[in-house]
Amino acid sequence: MHEVKELLETGPSVINIGVRDFGESLKKQGVEVTHLEWEPPIVVDQEIADILDKLL
Amino acid sequence: MSTGIKIKKNSYFDSVFLMQVAKGISNEPGIDQVIALMGTENNKALLIKMGVKEKEIDSVSSNDVVIFIEGSKSPVDLVLNNIDRWFTRKATSLRVKAHTMDEALTIQPKANLAVISVPGRYAAREAREALEKGLNIFLFSNNVSVEEELSLKQYADQQGLLIMGPDCGTAIIAGVGIGFANSIRRGKIGVVGVAGTGLQEFTSLIHQAGLGISQAIGTGSRDLSDEIGGFSTFKALELLEGNPETELIVLVSKPPGIKTLDNLAKKLNKCPKPLVSCILGARQFHNKLKLKQSIVSTDTIAEAAMNAAAIVEGKNIKLPGISVTNYLGRIKKEKKLLATNQRYLRGIFAGGTFCYQAQQLMAAGGLQIHSNVPLAGMIKLTDPTTSIANSMVDMGEDYFTQSSPHPMIDSRLSKQRIIKEARDPEVAVILLDFILGFMSSENPAGELAPAIIEAKKIRKNDGGHLIFIASVCGTDLDTQNLKEQLNTLEEIGVIVMPSSAHAALLALEVVRDRQN
Repeated sequence: MHEVKELLETGPSVINIGVRDFGESLKKQGVEVTHLEWEPPIVVDQEIADILDKLL
Repeated sequence: MSTGIKIKKNSYFDSVFLMQVAKGISNEPGIDQVIALMGTENNKALLIKMGVKEKEIDSVSSNDVVIFIEGSKSPVDLVLNNIDRWFTRKATSLRVKAHTMDEALTIQPKANLAVISVPGRYAAREAREALEKGLNIFLFSNNVSVEEELSLKQYADQQGLLIMGPDCGTAIIAGVGIGFANSIRRGKIGVVGVAGTGLQEFTSLIHQAGLGISQAIGTGSRDLSDEIGGFSTFKALELLEGNPETELIVLVSKPPGIKTLDNLAKKLNKCPKPLVSCILGARQFHNKLKLKQSIVSTDTIAEAAMNAAAIVEGKNIKLPGISVTNYLGRIKKEKKLLATNQRYLRGIFAGGTFCYQAQQLMAAGGLQIHSNVPLAGMIKLTDPTTSIANSMVDMGEDYFTQSSPHPMIDSRLSKQRIIKEARDPEVAVILLDFILGFMSSENPAGELAPAIIEAKKIRKNDGGHLIFIASVCGTDLDTQNLKEQLNTLEEIGVIVMPSSAHAALLALEVVRDRQN
């Protein structure tokens, strides 16, 4: 667990999920960034996906 | 006119990348319109509405990209036959090894913030996982349900974590700009805000005043609604109260929900540090807020910045609101060139907060506005693409951005809109905003300049004159270079004002006496 205070005092250390440019922009500012290569889950049946969404 | 469509199967690309692809292709000669979207059900419905035949995209799934292009036949064919060229990513400096949160945390165990910008439907799931792993969150994604937002915020609260968003566009944490933020020097002023471009303008004005920002914490657009109850705002206020760097706290917000008002007032009144409260849209809320005397209340971003700067500099005075008196001479000269039937104002905004604030100032000035995002008492534009009388359009609203890049990234739709407004002989003044900073277009003023020149020509050829008034949100440290942006606009005769509120007030002065 990381204290929020630490985030404000030492600055962000980032896991970037989604738009890659957000991570690039942080990296350019000297922030440590790991980009998580996210893709939407493959959906065969929308109804099953909705049920899974609620369960998970 | 020809149209063409291409489908790239099983290739997921993020929304900003697709916006850049669309922008790149639309700059090619002979191309009029480009849509590049993932094939979700919503996007497929949108494409059908735009004239794509259902059978062409029948088999498309949400992991496929659809590119739809309109233009002259051979340029359209040329682009579609070489489509892969547009999807080659530039080399990344990012460490891209992780496919799961666990992998990412193994690579970077000291991570303390997840920046999440996946489509809204999946965002809550990713955010919850990040919270469970002990990460704070910047959640850019919108279209997260109220129920999901509340549940995430309650959980973050139990865990003692900060969640900025959903629908959070801007933050500055320990000098680092996250999302759409400007390059701002560090300093003593901490700010909490629901409004993305509002935070950008506030922090830029503080920088321009020679001062700096300790932290700028975004909370997401719905945080102070009664459904959510202000979890992120309250957490952010507590953090700034305990943050040794922060000497003065500023809250920039739209009017909170009625039930949340009392809790907010209690929280603000207990704040042990000097405080400036800026609630856009309603002076009446300050009365309802029942704030203690020592809290300075303002209702424009510029006033909040001026007051915050004065307090930090030790001039503990309440400034008497913003004034455009010094600029009246300039518009007096230009007003003399207007034809007698030119009487309307048209605002074309990239920043949602600026459109909101401008309407608030028009309401106070007694001017009725038509808008695609009308404030209470204003009139909804039934067709967002066509202005009526005095109109203000938020070009970043869903109607425009579901099929086109956001105006902060690509100004193509704003350019077209400027020309359209200029063709209306009753328009006297066009009000614009330019937003610099991380993630924004490389040259916002340069991109719009040809349309502004063309618009002025159209009205001049018709025996009239078109007045342009604008504000530029940014700093000398932004890569777009504030000074160059200002020069570009001033060289083509745009009156550039010190803030979005100043710009709106001056535009009001152009049309105020021409309404009847």
